[in-house]
Amino acid sequence: MRITVDGVQLAARPGDTLASALLRAGRRVLSQGIYTGRPRGLVSAGVEESNVFVQVLSGSGEPMVRATEIEAYDGLRVRTLAGKGLLPDEPDEARYDKTFAHTDVLVVGGGPAGLMAALAAGESGARVLLIDDQPRLGGRLLASRAIVDGLAVHDWVSSMRDRLQALPEVTVTSRTAVVGYYDHNYLVAVERRTDHLGSAAPATMARHRLWNIRAGQVVLATGAHERSIAFADNDRPGIMLAHSATAYAWRYGCRPGRRAVVFGAHDGALAAAVELADAGVEVAAVLDVRDVVGADFAAALARRGISVQTGATVSGTLADDDGVLRAVLTSAGETVAADLLAVSGGWNPAVELFSQSGGRTFWSEAAAGFVPDTAAQPTHCAGVLTGAVSLARVLSEGAGAGAEAARAAGLDVTEPATPSVEGELREEAAPAAYFCVDSAAEETVFVDLQRDATLHDIRRAVGAGLTSVEHIKRYTTIGTAADQGRGSGVLAVGVLAQLSGRSMAEIGTTTYRPPYTPISFALLAGRDRGRLADPERVTAIHDWHVEHGAVFEDVGQWKRPWFFPRPAESMDEAVRRECAAARTGVAMMDASTLGTIELQGADVGLLLDRLYTNVFSSLKIGSVRYGVMCGPDGMVIDDGTTARLAEDRWLMSTTTGNAAKILEWLEEWLQTEWPDLDVRCTSVTDQWSTVVLVGPRSRDTLEELAPELDCSVEGFPFMTVRQAAVAGIPARIMRVSFSGELAYEITVASWYALAVWEAVFAAGEITPYGTETMHVLRAEKGYPIVGQDTDGTVTPQDLGMGWIVSKKKPDFVGKRSFARADTSRSDRRQLVGVVPVDGRSRVAEGAQLVSHGAVLTQPPVAMHGHVTSSYHSVALGTPFALALLDAGASRHGEVLDAVDDGHATAVQVVSPVPYDPDGVRRDG
Amino acid sequence: MTWQLTPRLPAQPDFLWAEAEPKASYDVIIVGAGGHGLATAYYLAKNHGITNVAVLERGWLAGGNMARNTTIIRSNYLWDESAGIYEHALKLWEGLEADLDCEVAFSQRGVLNLAHSLGDVREGRRRVNANQLNGVDAEWLTPEDVQKIAPILNISTDVRYPVLGATFQPRAGIAKHDWVAWGYARAAHAMGVDLIQGCEVTGVLREGDRVVGVDTVSGPIRAGRVALAAAGHSSVITASLGLRLPLQSFPLQALVSELLEQVLDTVVMSNAVHVYVSQAHKGELVMGAGIDGYVGYGQRGSFPVIEHQMAAAIELFPIFARAHVLRTWGGIVDVSPDASPIVGLTPFEGLYVNCGWGTGGFKATPGIGWVFADTIANDRPHPLAQPFALARFADGALIDEHGAAAVAH
Ligand SMILES: Cc1cc2nc3c(=O)[nH]c(=O)nc-3n(C[C@H](O)[C@H](O)[C@H](O)COP(=O)(O)OP(=O)(O)OC[C@H]3O[C@@H](n4cnc5c(N)ncnc54)[C@H](O)[C@@H]3O)c2cc1C
Repeated sequence: MRITVDGVQLAARPGDTLASALLRAGRRVLSQGIYTGRPRGLVSAGVEESNVFVQVLSGSGEPMVRATEIEAYDGLRVRTLAGKGLLPDEPDEARYDKTFAHTDVLVVGGGPAGLMAALAAGESGARVLLIDDQPRLGGRLLASRAIVDGLAVHDWVSSMRDRLQALPEVTVTSRTAVVGYYDHNYLVAVERRTDHLGSAAPATMARHRLWNIRAGQVVLATGAHERSIAFADNDRPGIMLAHSATAYAWRYGCRPGRRAVVFGAHDGALAAAVELADAGVEVAAVLDVRDVVGADFAAALARRGISVQTGATVSGTLADDDGVLRAVLTSAGETVAADLLAVSGGWNPAVELFSQSGGRTFWSEAAAGFVPDTAAQPTHCAGVLTGAVSLARVLSEGAGAGAEAARAAGLDVTEPATPSVEGELREEAAPAAYFCVDSAAEETVFVDLQRDATLHDIRRAVGAGLTSVEHIKRYTTIGTAADQGRGSGVLAVGVLAQLSGRSMAEIGTTTYRPPYTPISFALLAGRDRGRLADPERVTAIHDWHVEHGAVFEDVGQWKRPWFFPRPAESMDEAVRRECAAARTGVAMMDASTLGTIELQGADVGLLLDRLYTNVFSSLKIGSVRYGVMCGPDGMVIDDGTTARLAEDRWLMSTTTGNAAKILEWLEEWLQTEWPDLDVRCTSVTDQWSTVVLVGPRSRDTLEELAPELDCSVEGFPFMTVRQAAVAGIPARIMRVSFSGELAYEITVASWYALAVWEAVFAAGEITPYGTETMHVLRAEKGYPIVGQDTDGTVTPQDLGMGWIVSKKKPDFVGKRSFARADTSRSDRRQLVGVVPVDGRSRVAEGAQLVSHGAVLTQPPVAMHGHVTSSYHSVALGTPFALALLDAGASRHGEVLDAVDDGHATAVQVVSPVPYDPDGVRRDG
Repeated sequence: MTWQLTPRLPAQPDFLWAEAEPKASYDVIIVGAGGHGLATAYYLAKNHGITNVAVLERGWLAGGNMARNTTIIRSNYLWDESAGIYEHALKLWEGLEADLDCEVAFSQRGVLNLAHSLGDVREGRRRVNANQLNGVDAEWLTPEDVQKIAPILNISTDVRYPVLGATFQPRAGIAKHDWVAWGYARAAHAMGVDLIQGCEVTGVLREGDRVVGVDTVSGPIRAGRVALAAAGHSSVITASLGLRLPLQSFPLQALVSELLEQVLDTVVMSNAVHVYVSQAHKGELVMGAGIDGYVGYGQRGSFPVIEHQMAAAIELFPIFARAHVLRTWGGIVDVSPDASPIVGLTPFEGLYVNCGWGTGGFKATPGIGWVFADTIANDRPHPLAQPFALARFADGALIDEHGAAAVAH
């Protein structure tokens, strides 16, 4: 395989990561310190990597990823980075999916503990999901040479995979990282499906997939991350975590160096020295900070001719001209030539997910690490995560946790036998909690490589008076880089402990926050992009509107026709024509978007009496009533008509944008305050469609379409509802009006909406109109639009609708507030009309009303109100606007300035109902 | 291969503050060492010469919302009352680094509030007009103007909710929240204020209708005056007095990306689609998510809120698709019925409250510190605080920016 790094071609082998291919190619300097510019190389072989991040140029591209986490493929192209990622300009065309899983037992981690846990739970018959982030199962066994159940580890892992695959209820998912652990055992995982396939990736397959998992029980077998030790010049290429060095040797088959010094604080470091020696690396020195080391290990090293220097540390390093490690300086004063310094300060159990779940950790002296304490959710921890070291113990803990989880999920469990382990050295000397070799050159003792933060920074933070680890982190920025603090978090705590003489337990860690590994924005968005970003709601008549040239307006999620321009017609011209048709002839509108809620039950009238300001319980069957709803503060939140179709069946309409909110509002009151009421609410907005027929000639049209319906004024009075066939289709017809004209709302099942609309349109010279004309018509009548002429600070009285607020009802939502000092003021901001003094200028919506002649250049300028709606009124022949104005009801006739964008227009305050104030037109 | 070097951020002072042990009594106790509590302590000392003051903090100093917010600072609020307090704050922000003699990374890079519907446009223009008449800098921008300021913003009409325009406040911007808190802490400490961490207030000591101190996990501490600046926990503290504050506390989340080369040098907010984003000083994208649907004091929000927000973010900024979320976190926002703060006196003598800042109190930090200190020192509401009195929930004189402007943060 060929890969390209910074324009240079390299070879890679199957199974390689980008990092292993780079190492094999002898590339050592792969980055630099973000601020210091010091040369940097690989420090790890996995998720602990804090130096080498690259921008991926091939495939879908990635701005900044760890080189250790990229599976090499033929044609992979990357660019190395120094601390900052680069967002490509090209749009991301890849597909991202989401999937949902429910499982009895979720096992996180496919290492030895996780495999045993999955087997134990799976054999009980439980539904088990095993998730592992590596391409292959096995976890740390992938770089191990142990013999398990008489098998080489690779063969044992394969046999485990086969056994798991034979269990029908067990699912195993690789290349998937669990990144979030939320409440109620809800976990989130990221599956990388095609990144490793390069150009062979099937175009039909989503690149990444987000798993939303609900698990009955969770087994965490997330392992541990190796911790480094800080010392002077510890950032040179060639200085690497010890078990990463062995992983390169044993898992990827590339030698991490020719001559190594190993530096550690626990027996694990000695084990790594053995592995390196056996991989053909010359181990020049082994330094251990402890005085007592595990005898098995010392013996194993001795057999290889290597002695362990106890009580020894690294005091510094030397570099060649490229800045690459050349020699190690020891506390004994030696200079040891080496191109690899393998460091291991101990293991940090991977408690991230456990902590996210709400579980607490504690500092275990025995493990020299923060390990899980009591769980906050149904969580079971196993393996290295708990501080276990020997493979035998890890396997038995895994089996135990899997069995316990399955049992807790209600299954009968027979725990599988723990496999035998051969060839493992017994770690027997206690690890040291050792973090930092103090040095006068403290600005070269790096604690966070990616942030270029050092011992000096921590010392400054302590000197500044800071004690909390959260403060130290923020002051030094340690732990805030793209490696999410994996390499530096606990190390910084340790350094702080060493500096301040406080214990690890007392200092504790900073909070681990999701995600465990970074998630792309695109994956979080999933398919909710482009037109699917938010559902686009259209009525059953939408296609007709499109065909007839409608211009649309977004109202909530709905696409509503705004106006229907004829060819070469401007918006103003179109709206004038539409208005004229409605006032003088007949016009039609699609009102299907209005929220419709069907209410059933014996107590609907009572509920409506409590939620609307006026009385509804007295409404007769077959009648319709307009109502206004207020919040507890007395401010208008919605309005609309409600019809009573039968004794216990009502149909409420809400404003288009508020439909969902009002349904929630009804449910909240019903469920939390009045559960005793017999009312059921169902949203039927989508089920019904409504054609509004408006204009003095609308009766003629309806008579033609519904021959058996008595359309006379007496036979079909205002605010009543009828059932009749319209164009042969069963319909409900209401005589209501939002324009002041004679008008009918014809409602049919949505399946028939288009047919009825077309039949109405074909009835002759009927002008379709959109929301703009609707607004003009209603404004001429002073009908407010909730959310436009109101803004959450307007009472019904402010709107001039005091008549709709019942004085008789004992109570309703908002009533109490009307008695409050401020709410009952008579000089509140009230709805008025304003017309331009010059008779021509249309004022802008949103213009502020100030005193006539006020000097605008000397703020603050007192504002008396603002313009809420403004149109050219066809009926009046002049521009006309609605406004909210302080004490407006008593200021009709006054002249004010309407100010928009610094320009004043003189306006006169008038009644908000300039057109047909006596309502004579509504009967046609 | 050569890589670019990134300049370091300016260093923080060598010394910030020293921990103090609580004394038996103080002239003033401030509960809560968030930005508001610390700023109040500073202005009590500086403007009023009251230095026998303790700030008691339950956890670590400024570890609540102060450490969790997205640091957006602006003053282009609709109503006069809000414009008054936030513009007072913005003027103080403009002199804060000099006043505190320390870097807070206040960056006046401007804030855009996008409009996506005709309703948004109407509201935006109304607010711009109000701002201009109130002497607050504000402009209404067309989509093309918007793109000049934020070139990576997608202004095509071909998206689900096209950008129809925006309000822009050039003097608005961001700062580094921690540095602001530490700046105030350092200056207050230097004037003799005791900053006490890990000292949770568990109750209020009273004699009749007079408050005379607090109970804490480290024992009672007496005080002439007690000022609550404990955000959503203020209502927990007053509950012991039988005083119910009209507050609901909700989780609110934010997140950051990896450090990225500069792509955005202004702040963009879009309330309609729940996105607000800036690129912070180090290069990470800082984004706020929507508020959770449920109340609670848990400092973690729900995952679906973030998924929803990202869908909207990529619509507006297609270039963000490949950015990664590195870290998410939650704070607890304390929301009053009109979504405006509660500041001032209480029915108890010697007890003052400052809370209810909800999703938008960071920007007010200097202003509210100033005004609250004045209120405490003089035992009467500062004129800018007067409209925000607790009494408004009884008399109905609400200040509802929510309904009117539908703009948070
Ligand atoms: C995710 C998020 C994003 C935000 N974004 C913005 C933004 O962009 N712009 C903006 O202006 N605002 C924003 N805010 C809001 C802003 O953070 C808050 O309004 C503001 O910080 C509140 O004031 P504070 O700093 O004093 O509060 P906090 O920092 O919360 O201070 C209250 C303190 O009181 C302490 N406390 C509580 N109970 C007790 C007790 N019993 N005893 C002792 N101490 C106690 C707490 O521990 C805490 O430290 C955001 C908030 C969140 C959560």
